Amino acid sequence: MSALDPAASSPLALDARATLGAARRSVAVRDRLFVALLLVLTSIGLIVLAALLIDTGIDGFPKISADFLTSFPSAFPAKAGIESALVGTLWLMAVVAAVIVPLGVATALYLEEYADHLKWWNRVVEVNIQNLAAVPSIVYGILGLAFIVRGPLGLGRTVLAGGLTLSLVVLPVVIVTAREAIRAVPPSIKEGALALGCTQWQAIWKQLLPASIPGIATGVILSLSRAIGETAPLILVGAATFVAFNPTGLDSAFTALPLQIFSWISQPKEEFQALAAAAIVVLLVVLIMLNAVAIWLRNRYQKRW
Amino acid sequence: MLPTTPSGATMVTDVSPPDPEREAAAAQAAPGVVVADAPKPDVGAPAVIDHAIAEPVFETQGLSVHYAGKPAVLDVSLRVAQRQITAFIGPSGCGKSTILRCFDRMNDLIPVAKVGGKVLYHGLDLYGDGIDAVQVRKRIGMVFQKPNPFPKSIYDNIAFGPKVLGIKGDMDEMVETALVRASLWDDVKDRLKDNAFGMSGGQQQRLCIARALATSPDVLLMDEPCSALDPISTGRIEDLMHQLKETVSIVIVTHNMQQAARVSDRTAFFIVDLSAGEDSRIGRLVEYGPTQRIFTTPHDQRTEDYVSGKFG
Repeated sequence: MSALDPAASSPLALDARATLGAARRSVAVRDRLFVALLLVLTSIGLIVLAALLIDTGIDGFPKISADFLTSFPSAFPAKAGIESALVGTLWLMAVVAAVIVPLGVATALYLEEYADHLKWWNRVVEVNIQNLAAVPSIVYGILGLAFIVRGPLGLGRTVLAGGLTLSLVVLPVVIVTAREAIRAVPPSIKEGALALGCTQWQAIWKQLLPASIPGIATGVILSLSRAIGETAPLILVGAATFVAFNPTGLDSAFTALPLQIFSWISQPKEEFQALAAAAIVVLLVVLIMLNAVAIWLRNRYQKRW
Repeated sequence: MLPTTPSGATMVTDVSPPDPEREAAAAQAAPGVVVADAPKPDVGAPAVIDHAIAEPVFETQGLSVHYAGKPAVLDVSLRVAQRQITAFIGPSGCGKSTILRCFDRMNDLIPVAKVGGKVLYHGLDLYGDGIDAVQVRKRIGMVFQKPNPFPKSIYDNIAFGPKVLGIKGDMDEMVETALVRASLWDDVKDRLKDNAFGMSGGQQQRLCIARALATSPDVLLMDEPCSALDPISTGRIEDLMHQLKETVSIVIVTHNMQQAARVSDRTAFFIVDLSAGEDSRIGRLVEYGPTQRIFTTPHDQRTEDYVSGKFG
C-alpha cells in the first residue's frame, strides 16, 4: 500500500481528506465570485472607453485625409484642416522635452544621490514635488499666465511660453519617475564603480545614469503624452484657437491640437463637430505612438539585475 | 573600555613567517603561552594577537566604528602582512566586513558611520588629514559579496576602471592581462562583447576580480566573495587567490571557516560582544595569528569553541 493510496485510512489521512476537501469547495466558490466581480468592474471601464472611441472614430475617420492634415483652419468646414495645430503641438512638445529632461533628471539625481534627507529643506522640496504632481493643470495655467506670459518673464502668448507652462505641469511626474528609475539601479553598481576609484560624479555619470536611462526615458515619454493632451493651461496662457500659419520660432504665436479640438467643438455648425472628431483621432494616434515607444523602450532595455 | 594592546601572559610573539609545521611545533613546545586550559575569558578580555609582522600593508591601531553613535566595532589593532592572504572570520554581526570597509574607506559612503583610531596603509593613516578616499580606492581593490558586474559587455567591465582612472596604454592588452590574471580569459576570449549578465555567477565574480585587478591595485579586499557561489566556483576563486597572492596582498572576510583554513596565511577571529545589552552588538577582535595555529591550537577558549563548531 503506497503512502499516496487514496484508500489510506489512518486517522490523519481521514482528517486531512475531510478538512482539505471541504476547504477547497467553499474557497473555490468565493474565488470564482471574486474573479467575476473583478471582470465586471474592469469591463465597465473598458466598455465606456470603447464606446467613446468608436463613436469618435465613426464621426472622425471619414474626414481624415491628406488635405485635412495639410490645411490650415478655415471658416469653411470643407476646407479646414489641422496643419497649424499639429505643427504647433510638435513645437510645444520639443520645448517641453528640452525643459523637462535636464531639469527633471538633475532634480532627481540631486534628491536621490546628493540631498541629505535629514535636512529640513530637502524634505520640504521632496514633499512639495509630490504635492505638485497632484495640482490641477489649470492652476499651472494661471501661474504660466501670471509669471511667464505677463509678469517677470513677459514672454507673451508664444510657443516658448506655452511650452514652459506645459513643462511645469509635467515636471513633478518626470522627477518622480526619474527618481524611481535611479533607485531601481542596484546600489552595488555604484558601489562597484566607487570601489575602483571613481569619484561620486564619475560613478553617477558613467554607471548610474546610463543604467537608469530606460526608466527615465519611459517617464519622459509618458509625461509628454500627458502634456500633449493638456488644454486648460494653454487656454489660460492665451494660445489662439484660429491660427492660419505654422509657428516660425519660439517667439511665434501658435495653436495646438487640443485647442483646435476645443474650438471646433464649440462651433454651432454640425460639420465642425466631425472635424473635431477627426482631430481627436489624430491626437489619439500620436498618443498611442508615444506610448508604444515608451513600452518598447521599457521592454528593450529591461535590466536583469 | 579595556585595553586592546595585549600584554603580559596573553601576549604571543610570533616572529617567524607562517610556516605551518613550525607554527604547530612552536605552539606545542611552548605550552606556557597557551591559554586553552584557562577558564573562559570574559568578553572584552585582551585579544591574543601576533604583532610581529614586519612592513605590514595595513596596521590598525585602536580602530573603532560607530554607526549613528552606536559602537559597531571597538578597539581593533592588528597588522596585515604583504603578499599574504589574511582572513577575517567570526559570527554574523561581529564587524568583520565593517573593518574591511575601513581599509578602502568604503564606510565613507554611509553618512552615519564614524571611524575612530588609525588605519595605517604602508605607514600612512588613511583617515588622516588630506587623504582623498577616491585616491585610496584607486590603489586598493574590492570584491563584493554578490557579483556586481556593470550592465555592459565583458570587455567594457574590465576597461571601465583603467579608462576612468586615465591609465595610459593598450586597452586590449590591459583587458586581456586582467582576464588572464583572474583565470577567466579562456572562458570569455571569444565573447568579450557579450553582456556580462550572460555569465554564470562564478564567472561574474571572477570578472569582478579581473575588473579590480585591471587598475593594478596593491591590495585586494574581498567581502565574502564566495557566499553566493556553488562549491566548484568557490574552488576556482580560492585557486585564483593562491595565484594572486604572489603579486597582491589579499584580505578576505568569510563566513566559511573551512575557506579561511584553506586559503589564508593568517586569520583574525572576531566575536560579537553582547555584554552591553542585546541591543548593542559590538564586534571585537579576539585572536589573530597564523591560520594553522588559530585552527589547531587557538590560545583563546572562544576561538577554540568557534573553530571547533561549538557556536557561530
